[in-house]
Amino acid sequence: MNFALSEEYKILQKMVRDFAEKEIAPIVDRVESEENIPDELLAKMAELGLNTITIPEEYGGPGMDTISFALAIMEVARVSASVAVAMSVTNMVAEGIYRFGNEEQRRKYLPKLARGEYLAGAFALTEPGAGSDAGSIRTTAVKEGNEYVINGNKVFITNGLKAGIFMVAAVTDKEKGKKGISVILVERGTPGLTIGKKEKKMGQRGSDTVELVFDNCKVPITNLLGNEGDGFKIMLADLDGGRIGIGALACGVMRACVDEMVKYSKERVQFGQPIANFQAIQWMIADSVTELEAAELLVLRAAWLKDRFLKGEGGRFTKEASIAKLFATEAANRVAYRAVQVHGGYGYIEEFPVERFYRDIRVTTIYEGTSEIQRLVIARSILEG
Amino acid sequence: MKAVCFVKSVPDTETRVRLTGNRLDKSEIKYILNPYCEFAVEEAVRKKEAGIVDEVLVISMGPSRAQEAIRSALAIGADRGVHIEDDNLDGSDAIVTARVLVEAFKKEGGLDNYQILLFGLRAIDGDTWSVPSMIAELLGIPAVTNIVKLDINGNKAIAIRMVEGGEEVFEVELPCVFAARKGLNEPRYPSLPSIMKAKKKPITRYTISDLGIPSDAVGKVGSFTEVLEYTLPPQRQAGKKVEGEPEQVVEELIKFLREVANII
Repeated sequence: MNFALSEEYKILQKMVRDFAEKEIAPIVDRVESEENIPDELLAKMAELGLNTITIPEEYGGPGMDTISFALAIMEVARVSASVAVAMSVTNMVAEGIYRFGNEEQRRKYLPKLARGEYLAGAFALTEPGAGSDAGSIRTTAVKEGNEYVINGNKVFITNGLKAGIFMVAAVTDKEKGKKGISVILVERGTPGLTIGKKEKKMGQRGSDTVELVFDNCKVPITNLLGNEGDGFKIMLADLDGGRIGIGALACGVMRACVDEMVKYSKERVQFGQPIANFQAIQWMIADSVTELEAAELLVLRAAWLKDRFLKGEGGRFTKEASIAKLFATEAANRVAYRAVQVHGGYGYIEEFPVERFYRDIRVTTIYEGTSEIQRLVIARSILEG
Repeated sequence: MKAVCFVKSVPDTETRVRLTGNRLDKSEIKYILNPYCEFAVEEAVRKKEAGIVDEVLVISMGPSRAQEAIRSALAIGADRGVHIEDDNLDGSDAIVTARVLVEAFKKEGGLDNYQILLFGLRAIDGDTWSVPSMIAELLGIPAVTNIVKLDINGNKAIAIRMVEGGEEVFEVELPCVFAARKGLNEPRYPSLPSIMKAKKKPITRYTISDLGIPSDAVGKVGSFTEVLEYTLPPQRQAGKKVEGEPEQVVEELIKFLREVANII
């Protein structure tokens, strides 16, 4: 066993850290207040290979692995959870197209994501009536000649405003339940696809979350990803990877919380000394660093297992991805709570970044599978095994 | 024309420096490619992209971590690396370092092969600022240090050197040593595909015996200087505030500057 990062990972980590500090940190307040990630930033990220990290060279990606993806997300999230979630979802969509798409679909869409011609990708599963119960979606895709005609509504879709390509889950056979769900690729600007209401959120405001309305939206049948009826499986398999991304994002935010806690507690003087001298504060810092490091190890282990699985060297990593996501996001909420607590009143006002971290982290135990769904996945894999 | 960059692995600027007794505690230090060396590598790679240079070689001396610094330079776009690694080198001072680097450079064809020799002006750890000029001296070629601009025209180069209050413009014949300072360029972020490509670029390894250097000519034994002690910089003292009526304050301030601070 070896816990040391290889040369390549360290170079990547430093590059992303420099990029996040120089290109994202100076605009992070604007990203949040304008609720928008500038297109130029997304384009720069694509140019560096950050939007398609695991996509092989032949499709325009850098051909790196999931550990690289997790390390990159951690560094971006340390500065901006909004940018990190946009990046995580785009990578998940690229990987969905790569893993489940045919050669023609890979060649058509992946280079566009890699070059930044598509600034982002979106993953359209959730509906007003289908959240944790994703199998109950009602959006339909009816085959008519050479086309699918899609009708229905999707909600809480990350990157909806920026995405060039959408992975859309729709029912193609009502009789078959979950096995009647398929994934269809829909390009931005396809007639019949309307980007609906943009949500006003508690945190991660820079990342857009929108409603999608499909009204007789017609796409060629060649846009079917995988086979008809495989959709539910594809979406869940792709989400396993996405969960590693969200776990990594939580680690990044946690790291930022710890940095701020340490800095503030050394500067803030009460009772004639820096509050870092008090055991009450020291224990909060110690607990936070412990949880952070445990979370990082769980996330990197899940990433490592996924890489082995994709190379055919190991089994599924669903349980470990869920464990990593569950622990990292729950821990990050505790750490953000402590970060605010250490700051006292100053943690509750916008001048201090922990106020944003506290809001930003809240959604991580909800999106890409709530903590309760993660527990269900973990328990099932243990009890059924 | 070919270019060579001499680079160094140094502690990250965010590293907390700790002393254990009289020794530097290196256990928690993270290492990076010296930021000034990044300017040098970036410049060489730009010259290659402009079609002026057709190969960029990177040479570094140091323990195994120096390989990471070389790899970082390869990710920026250098073509290949040379890593001089030998336990005997531990504790070498600037002149020994310069001599070893020169031997490795000669082994790679030296001035017959490479006409542009680029360095960072300084390494942010030892901060001696001296290796580039020493190497120029050992090779018998000119050196222009502290440069903010470098133009190559055939066999000549025009380099702009920053001096206090202005700039000096030098026209020099190649081969020549150039030492880069901040402002020469803005180093790129190595893209993920470049990091992957760097993994496959060759790094040649030399020990001192490969270079024909006896072990007593390097390390602490071969060095002219000796580190006697490490100390942390003194804590900054709080400023002194002089308060009161203007006439009184001025008088007191002058008295302070003259008698206590001894600066007027």
